[in-house]
Amino acid sequence: MKSYQLIPFLPLAAFVINILLGKRIIKDKAHWIAVPAVLASWVISVFTLFDVIGGKVFNEDLYTWIISDGFIVSVGFLVDQLTAVMLIVVTTVSSLVHIYSVGYMHGDKGYYRFFSYLSLFTFSMLMLVMANNFLQLYFGWEAVGLCSYFLIGFWYEKKSASDAGKKAFIVNRFGDFGFGLGVIMIFLTFGTIHYEPVFNAVNGIVGQSINILGYDISLVTLIALLLFCGAVGKSAQIPLHVWLPDAMEGPTPVSALIHAATMVTAGVFMVARCNPIFNLSHVAMNVVAVTGAVTALFAATIALVQNDIKRIIAYSTISQLGYMFLACGVGAYAAGIFHLYTHAFFKALLFLGAGSVMHAMAGELDIQKMGGLKKYMPWTYWTFLLASLSIAGIPGFAGFFSKDEILWQAYASGPLGKIVWFLGAVTALLTAFYSFRIVFVAFHGKFRGTHEQEHHLHESPKVMTLPLAILAIGAIISGWVGIPPLIGEFLGIEHSDKFGAFLAPVVGHPHAEGTHGEEIFVMLLSILFAVGGIITAFFMYIKRPEIPVQLGESMKTAYRVLWNKYYVDELYHLIIVRPTFWVAQSVIVGVTDGKIIEGIVNGVPRAIGGFSEILRRVQTGFAHHYAAVMALGLLIIMIFLIL
Amino acid sequence: MVPLQWYIWLATAVFAIGVLGFLTRRNIIIMFMSIELMLNAVNISLVSFSHYLQDMRGQILSLFVITVAAAEAAIGLAIIIALFRNKATAHVDEMAETKG
Repeated sequence: MKSYQLIPFLPLAAFVINILLGKRIIKDKAHWIAVPAVLASWVISVFTLFDVIGGKVFNEDLYTWIISDGFIVSVGFLVDQLTAVMLIVVTTVSSLVHIYSVGYMHGDKGYYRFFSYLSLFTFSMLMLVMANNFLQLYFGWEAVGLCSYFLIGFWYEKKSASDAGKKAFIVNRFGDFGFGLGVIMIFLTFGTIHYEPVFNAVNGIVGQSINILGYDISLVTLIALLLFCGAVGKSAQIPLHVWLPDAMEGPTPVSALIHAATMVTAGVFMVARCNPIFNLSHVAMNVVAVTGAVTALFAATIALVQNDIKRIIAYSTISQLGYMFLACGVGAYAAGIFHLYTHAFFKALLFLGAGSVMHAMAGELDIQKMGGLKKYMPWTYWTFLLASLSIAGIPGFAGFFSKDEILWQAYASGPLGKIVWFLGAVTALLTAFYSFRIVFVAFHGKFRGTHEQEHHLHESPKVMTLPLAILAIGAIISGWVGIPPLIGEFLGIEHSDKFGAFLAPVVGHPHAEGTHGEEIFVMLLSILFAVGGIITAFFMYIKRPEIPVQLGESMKTAYRVLWNKYYVDELYHLIIVRPTFWVAQSVIVGVTDGKIIEGIVNGVPRAIGGFSEILRRVQTGFAHHYAAVMALGLLIIMIFLIL
Repeated sequence: MVPLQWYIWLATAVFAIGVLGFLTRRNIIIMFMSIELMLNAVNISLVSFSHYLQDMRGQILSLFVITVAAAEAAIGLAIIIALFRNKATAHVDEMAETKG
């Protein structure tokens, strides 16, 4: 057994031990099992990364899972450059979340349960990224969905939490259905679902089309779009984004894990992994790019007006995921994955920082009730600030390099690219604004909560601030491996875009058409937007706090639409939830259950009862009645015999 | 020589009396006696056929019937006494415990 094969199985072992022995034996020592396991996975991942950098790519089958005629599936691992990056992202964030949870979940009665789910979640995501075939990918895909359901609904006594868990699961089902169909289409087309043969053969199906309901659809486009359906659900893109903000009902470390490492990134990873398929379909690529760009802008506008600290960050995740899809859609997979990787650091940091604030504020989420937290919780403040600078795209921070790379690649990829670039650039402005809105409203100014809350304010324990500090370092330096050549030349670093070059064997290198002048223009514009967003936020929330109120009054309709998240939830409630309930109530309960099933269940005993009602009259209990019947019977027999 | 038919008529008459007695009377002792009458009617026919056919098996069978009737009388009377102790009556209309 090679050591990299242990990476997913260590968290699995931790899960099994904790879930079996947690309740009676381990109890509040659960982290002594889970944390070392995931840390060990992290160490092995780092070694594996160096192996891959050294030029080794692993692709082997552990054992044959399913043999059914021509359908042969193995459990196997593919560790190439893309997987190695994902392994680092997943295990790093997961380790830090595990450590942070030791402090955050301290004293919770489901402590062992929490850690076992975290381990299972990590295992599922690792299986997903390490898969070498679509079925194993699908297994991990569904398993992270299941774990998200467990963890979002972790405090299941709370109705809103268990509802949010169900919502996440059900909304994901919509996307997964498409993804499942995509996998089936791949099997029908290629006769196998292992990556290597599929990607090798995919060029052969260009130009083939399939007839569905009278329309000829290009086969490769169909497969790509079906796969993308799954990504839309898992990565919370329009129109299936509704589950992610509600997922905030789970404990905050879970939000960090879901948003940064173990779930929503799966969609981006999958699209990047399937790049040989996507590359062949212009339609699918454009759909991916436009979905990403529109989602990025859409979610960012919602984030502008929300007051719930975790919800703002959740919408910012949706928006940043939009960026990643935008990048994939213009063929810049490496840039998308680069953003995924830097985003993991600053987004995990934002969430864990928000969790630290909640910890101090006794669960308060409304940023309007915070304020001035800077002096009570310096560690949380400074790390949160660094994360915000990073997400806003201030030069030097990780977020700048990845976002700039995406915007430039989009700009340089043709006419549609210009449009999505414009949407992305506007989003960058909004991102800087709403990120610093949190910083200024929650951490600056005067405290606006209750006296008890103010009395209770304190910095979180070391076990929570340490992960914050580590992630803050990541939020600054993680982007330095992908410095664009333009800046690299300026700084005198050769081959500065190491990240892109590293991933090139898997995802290729997009051909950027554009002059240096244009690249400088794009870069300066995004810096301008980032700084502009921050200054606007500073002006509106520190200098002139009355402006936002006036603005809200003067643009009431717009404000209300944004506050209600474009009424998407209400729309879904109207067109999906209500009709479903109606069908359930009137058809299932009324007809199927009420008439048919109840009819059978009640009808059979009623018929038997009625028949026995007649029959029981015979049994009077009087011996002479029986004797009379016997005599009568004897008589009849005799008459028959005689005749 | 008395012809066989007479014996058969006698047996039929005794059996009919037994059946009618069993069906019409309500005193459990009398019903019990009616059963004995029916058994004896059968014995009469067995013995007469045995004599008519010159075959001893009929008479042996009647001995069996007598034996069984004796055992039945013993058990039956015991049951009647037990019933009487519980119900304080010998009237069968009071006894419909097996009503469905």
